[in-house]
Amino acid sequence: MELVLPGVGLTFWMVLVFGILLFMLKKFAWKPILTALSERENSIEEALKSAEQAREQMAKLKSDNEALYKEAREERDQILKEAREMKENIISEAKKSAEEEGKRMIQKASDEINKQKANAIAELKGQVASLSVNIAEKLINNQLSNNEEQQNIIAKQVNNLNNNQQAIA
Amino acid sequence: MMPENKGLPVFQRIQFLFLLIIFTLFSFQNVRANGHETASDSVSVANSEHHANHEANHEGAHGEEAFNPGKMILDHVKDAHDWHIMDINGHAVSVPLPVILYDNGLHFFSSSKFEHGHATVESNGNFYKLHNGHIFKTDASGELQLNEKGEALNDKPLDLSITKNVFALLLGAALLLIIFLSVAKSYKKRGTSAPKGLQSLLEPLILFMKDEVIKPSVGKHYAKFLPLLLTIFFFIFINNLMGLIPIFPFGANLTGNIAVTMVLAVIVFIVVNFSGNKHYWKHIFMPDVPVGLWVLLIPIEILGVVLKPFVLMLRLFANITAGHIIILGFFSLIFIFGTKNVVAGYGSAVFSVAFTLFMSVLELLVAFLQAYVFTLLASLYIGSATEEHHHAEEHH
Repeated sequence: MELVLPGVGLTFWMVLVFGILLFMLKKFAWKPILTALSERENSIEEALKSAEQAREQMAKLKSDNEALYKEAREERDQILKEAREMKENIISEAKKSAEEEGKRMIQKASDEINKQKANAIAELKGQVASLSVNIAEKLINNQLSNNEEQQNIIAKQVNNLNNNQQAIA
Repeated sequence: MMPENKGLPVFQRIQFLFLLIIFTLFSFQNVRANGHETASDSVSVANSEHHANHEANHEGAHGEEAFNPGKMILDHVKDAHDWHIMDINGHAVSVPLPVILYDNGLHFFSSSKFEHGHATVESNGNFYKLHNGHIFKTDASGELQLNEKGEALNDKPLDLSITKNVFALLLGAALLLIIFLSVAKSYKKRGTSAPKGLQSLLEPLILFMKDEVIKPSVGKHYAKFLPLLLTIFFFIFINNLMGLIPIFPFGANLTGNIAVTMVLAVIVFIVVNFSGNKHYWKHIFMPDVPVGLWVLLIPIEILGVVLKPFVLMLRLFANITAGHIIILGFFSLIFIFGTKNVVAGYGSAVFSVAFTLFMSVLELLVAFLQAYVFTLLASLYIGSATEEHHHAEEHH
């Protein structure tokens, strides 16, 4: 049973040595070691935290950029749309004004034609009248010499006149 | 929780180891009774081991001194006043260690003066003799009064000698100081940068014990107990490992000595009970059960308070001692067979060496595991004594 009975000497030395060991290690080993370890832990934690912050900032910046890009694109689309509308407006307006101008010119031309026509008719009428007068004069001259001849001439002249008139009409 | 899961196999193992130790102890007692040939009837427990030794003794009596495995193993496992290294032609080669006695003043001399128990030493007018590893006070003639079991009845002086185990203890403590002071120095020097050399070898171990064992077990106030628990862990670990190295000045069975484990367990007991808060004491003296059951429960709780460190003491002692006994047992087989037949001796050597190698590797694991288990359970006991919120804790 000697094996399970603690010896006095060894117990004494164990208390003494372990006590000194505990004191020495606590003061000169565990204190610096544990302090350094917790300092390292803290610094790692801080580094991780700041990395996380940087990542968040990056994400925020990226989303800002995206918003800006989107806005710009929308603006561009808006401008393009407006330009297209303006172009269409201009074209349709131009068309309209050209049409009007055309119509006006046609109107003017037909008016001129009508006027010329009226003038021509009036002139023709004057000539017909003077011709008739001439014919009448000649007729009268012929009647004075030969009645028959005079009759022929008149008929001839009137025939001519009719032909002329037909040609004119 | 962890200890519940761990508890069963550990306890089963202890039971087994304890049986082994008791078995060995008994056989040793028989052998000793045999050797002195005083009273074989004083020990009536006759077992096969006894007979085997008996026969071996008789057979070996023709030639040189018979090989006695029980005595060899126990002489190794026990503490001693000199460091026995080997025998050459029946002469012991050993390193003498200083003897320090307190017997009306200090006595200081070398253990070589005892001549392994053959000589009586005179020191400052007193006479001492070594008998079965203990120092007894005698008269000038060196006569010992022996009882029927061969135990000396003389007075014993207070023996504070630097024995084999005390020497190993001092060596282990010195080694721990050298290692951890140098590691602390490199921590101071390198600050928060990555560890290097010895520092990087020990840092994972320190961090594992701190973050995985002590912190979750002790709980909120763990920082206060860190130095003690880490010192206990590394003390046990280093001395376990030193005990496995079979070359002088290592190989002493220090952590398998009951005095050493007792001091460690008593320290844990003191720390647990001095740091216990009011919940801890309420749990013991006013448990949450009907008052009628207090008569039953309070003695059990008080027993538990003492039993927890007691089990710590036994577990470490039994595991480490058993490891030493098993390894030495395998080696003894070589010589047991060798005394019968030389060829059988060489044949069994092959198996013995293989088994010893296997056991040594297993003991490396045990060396760590026992240090770990001791620290883990000490942490859990401290944790349950200091925890703020009261809830059911395990009863051992």
